[in-house]
Amino acid sequence: MKRTLVTGAATLVAMLALGASALQAKTLVYCSEGSPENFTPALNTTGTSFDAARPVFNQLVEFERGSTDVVPGLAETWDISPDGLTVTFHLRKGVKFHSGVNGFKPTRDFNADDVLFSFNRQWKDDNPYHKVSGGAYDYFSDMDMPKLLKSVEKVDDHTVKMVMTEPNVTIMANLAMDFMTIQSAEYADYLLKKGTPEQFDQIPVGTGPFSFVAYQKDAVIRYKAFPAYWGGKSKFEDLVYAITGDATSRYAKLKKGECQIMFGPNPADLEAIGKDPALKLMSQPGLNIAYWAFNVKKPPFDKKEVRQAFSMAIDKAAILKDVYQGAGQAAKNLIPPTIWSYNDKVVDYPYDPEKAKKMLEEAGVKLPLDIDLWYMPKQRPYNPNGKRIGEMMQADLAKIGVNAKLVTYEWGEYRKRLQAGEHMTGQLGWTGDNGDPDNFFFLLGCAAARPGGQNLSKWCDKGFDDRLNEAKKLTDKAARTKLYEEMQQIAHDEMPTFYIAHSVVFEATTKNVTDYKISPFGRHEFFGVGLE
Amino acid sequence: MLSFVLRRIALTVPTLFALSFLTFVAIRLVPGDPIEVRRGERGISPERLEFFRHELGLDQPVWKQFLDYVWGLLHGDFGVSIISQDSVLKEFLTLFPATLELSLFAMAFAVIFGVPFGVLAAVRRGSVFDHGLMGIALFGYSMPVFWWGLLLVLFFSVTLDLTPVSGRLDLIYYFEPVTGLMTIDSLLSDQDGAFKSAILHLILPAIVLGTIPLAAIARMTRSSMLEVLEEDYVRTARAKGLSPFRVIGLHALRNALIPVVTTIGLQGGTLLAGAVLTETIFAWPGVGHWLIESIFRRDYPALQGGVLLISTLLVLVNVAVDILNAVINPRIRHGR
Repeated sequence: MKRTLVTGAATLVAMLALGASALQAKTLVYCSEGSPENFTPALNTTGTSFDAARPVFNQLVEFERGSTDVVPGLAETWDISPDGLTVTFHLRKGVKFHSGVNGFKPTRDFNADDVLFSFNRQWKDDNPYHKVSGGAYDYFSDMDMPKLLKSVEKVDDHTVKMVMTEPNVTIMANLAMDFMTIQSAEYADYLLKKGTPEQFDQIPVGTGPFSFVAYQKDAVIRYKAFPAYWGGKSKFEDLVYAITGDATSRYAKLKKGECQIMFGPNPADLEAIGKDPALKLMSQPGLNIAYWAFNVKKPPFDKKEVRQAFSMAIDKAAILKDVYQGAGQAAKNLIPPTIWSYNDKVVDYPYDPEKAKKMLEEAGVKLPLDIDLWYMPKQRPYNPNGKRIGEMMQADLAKIGVNAKLVTYEWGEYRKRLQAGEHMTGQLGWTGDNGDPDNFFFLLGCAAARPGGQNLSKWCDKGFDDRLNEAKKLTDKAARTKLYEEMQQIAHDEMPTFYIAHSVVFEATTKNVTDYKISPFGRHEFFGVGLE
Repeated sequence: MLSFVLRRIALTVPTLFALSFLTFVAIRLVPGDPIEVRRGERGISPERLEFFRHELGLDQPVWKQFLDYVWGLLHGDFGVSIISQDSVLKEFLTLFPATLELSLFAMAFAVIFGVPFGVLAAVRRGSVFDHGLMGIALFGYSMPVFWWGLLLVLFFSVTLDLTPVSGRLDLIYYFEPVTGLMTIDSLLSDQDGAFKSAILHLILPAIVLGTIPLAAIARMTRSSMLEVLEEDYVRTARAKGLSPFRVIGLHALRNALIPVVTTIGLQGGTLLAGAVLTETIFAWPGVGHWLIESIFRRDYPALQGGVLLISTLLVLVNVAVDILNAVINPRIRHGR
């Protein structure tokens, strides 16, 4: 009897273990860092929310996983008119929406109505969904879509014509961004009739590789592979986001196999992850820049010789070593080297405090000089410690007779005051949205130099700005590249901004994860990933 | 007795009103508003900022906003979260059971171990056991929650592989919440192993959250016992020849428990403060973590509503403790 019991128990344990491992092989768990605001990317601005919606949706055009290249999505092909004003999209046929989510059963395939709905919700006040869920379409507005769009029309069920007010080659990259996600017009109608339109943003229905199953706030999001996905079925069955706010806990879960991919490892854990035979550490230069802007509206920063001198006074290598600790790359241009048109011929200013001091004196600056130096009050992907960088700069400046007073504010207040131009010098940074050089260079353009604009140097250079505007209208990539290269040289010579660094992004997975790719945009994408 | 209870409850009304006012004003004194915080490096044009401030009613004078808020409260409306656009009351009710379950287990852990430890230390006053135990209690009281939590996770979960790292349930189990208490829902779900998984997930967070209350309860039990053990009636009981177990367990402990019960009630606040950190370490989807997020994102309605709801509960717990004390101790009940 006893033996039977033992054997029975052993069999049960073995069966459970087998069941568990079979289950694990078909489930991918991603330890994410936070809860999404909702599942409609057009309403959101955070990577966390975009990551949560992405498995469910597609865009007309998309970024190839792990790159900044724009590839066909729900639009199979597109034509651009010779004047660059009209884009005609030819939509993919036979694309299915998820069925059975929230009681909704689609009666038709994806078509032009869904595209129009997705534009109009953000664009037109009279769209019944325009005000639903707060209706703040920040990206749509930031990417200048209301100004840029003249009309979006349905030619037939599988053709959509978009007319713009001016030629803009960055439009395709913009359309690949999350905010231009295509949602189901039929589902929207269904919920409107049911009287629960807000569910549209909470229980998502899309055309993507995974359909939504359930979301428990601050705990877990569940998806399952969509068998009828137009791009083929996922290599694993269930996708689970285990929301784990603390990086150390995420690492512990990864180590224990409770998740297979984790968001943002702690810099302090990187070495241990790298050495762990059960884990994989991946890294890639981030699509970002940390910079220190000189406000050219405030003397002596109106003189370019002064700005150049300041650039020579800072020991950039020491900042990289001390603050970035190997997870950064010294920057000499505004764009990171991973973006096309990067001008590698630009020679960065050397660290030379002697010469810097001499140049200041030659420029008529009376030493000692008192300035302010605004440092970031919080950590960002491109800047691990604004205060420490500020202190190092302060020490470097003291060597050339400049007394820098360190200043900071609460994060929202800090940005507002910088954009208003209250500072003499100040730190900030940028993370790219769409991989187009324009998405970085506009930061030094004249339009952004207005009070409240994002050009923190308030520098407006005609040569630079003309090229910036010209490049937006050209479809020829080589011609655009030439303009952007010239702009990098101008910005180097004029030095409105001291470029600090591009940070390196790290991601960790367990060994059995295959084909996971780090996204230059900091996205987390799981379609195409395999589990061994 | 009834008039005592009513009097006690009536006294909570001004407390809660003052609390809602303070929360309302305090969050608005913190620089940065919900719209700017949402914006990241991009900033926002003055026109759009104005538009959204108007939409949220933030362009109104603060006193007007407060009156609107109170008017809503009187109608049972706690407002809508700016971030999730969901009703604050609904969000609170979804998340609160997790905090409640964790707090109950933490408190059970603290009482089950704290009271016997305190009694033993008092009975063996001055012994190595007493000094050792009180030393450990002091250590437990002063230990940073974050450090203690991570230490336990690294040791029990990662090194020994005995408990899960975080969350409330293994991800292989899935069922719709009924009560929101995972231990009960897992039983209701009838899924094999779900209940065990729920208990395993509770162990470490409950220990971490219960450590400070345990230390406080142990110390209070000890000092209260020491006092009681000196009383005449204890000496009489001993003189009657009662067994030490009856003397301590029945005569002394019952009287010594009065301040201990008050301490347990007061630990409600400590539990909640600890829950904020414990929930973060263990990815526990409760109200503590939610409130912190609301502060970071300046989600005024969520924060105001959340703080008010929690304070109400804390105040009610304290009222319950007072009433319990009145039941145990007739002198309080009769106002003597």
